[in-house]
Amino acid sequence: MTVTMFAVAAIAVLVSMLLSMTRAFVGPTVFDRILAVNATGTLTVVLISVYGFLDGRPEFLDIALLYALINFIGTIAVTKYVKFQDLGHPMDGPDKGDV
Amino acid sequence: MPEVIGTFLNMPLGPLPLADWISWVCIVIGAFFAIVGALGIVRLPDVFSRMHGAGIIDTMGIMMILTGLMFQADDWIVVVKLTLILLFIFFTSPTTTFALARAAIYGGVNPGPTVEELDEARQAQNKKANKEADPSNT
Repeated sequence: MTVTMFAVAAIAVLVSMLLSMTRAFVGPTVFDRILAVNATGTLTVVLISVYGFLDGRPEFLDIALLYALINFIGTIAVTKYVKFQDLGHPMDGPDKGDV
Repeated sequence: MPEVIGTFLNMPLGPLPLADWISWVCIVIGAFFAIVGALGIVRLPDVFSRMHGAGIIDTMGIMMILTGLMFQADDWIVVVKLTLILLFIFFTSPTTTFALARAAIYGGVNPGPTVEELDEARQAQNKKANKEADPSNT
């Protein structure tokens, strides 16, 4: 019975990942694609956790936590790169130098 | 104290123990909101409204599913890890949305008219309508 529960969660997460990925493929601007890839990454965190429970090995949660960290850093890096064309410290101008 | 919580959660309630009922409710709500948020990402018209869908996925969908998983944990360290993931998503999701919205504005995506612009447009339209109704007054 608990397997059914985790299967329901996994299927829902997979369906919403599929929908987000369609937006990442068709999305007109680059920001749509970043948004969709970020949402897919956050859903992947849940998918890894659910798979760990489904397999009876909750140690997968460590991988999920690491994936959440990398997903956040990656999104911020890509956003900053798209915005400033630079990942360093562009300090000229009032609108530069932060996220 | 943990033993009391354990016996309370293992209390049979119909066909399932109490913890399974709570997990089912949380996971079904979370699955519903995850799919709704993904539909929002697909269907809404521009980046700024699509962020709303991403926010639904992050807050309701993911947090509810992870809360449902918490009640299935065998060990307390699993609950602690799930809480860490929840806390991390709780703080990073708004940060990412903020950075992305700022980058989109900076990158020239049109966020639509502001309240002042809408107000001006409505006043101009009213003036025009008055002029058409009573041309001798001007």
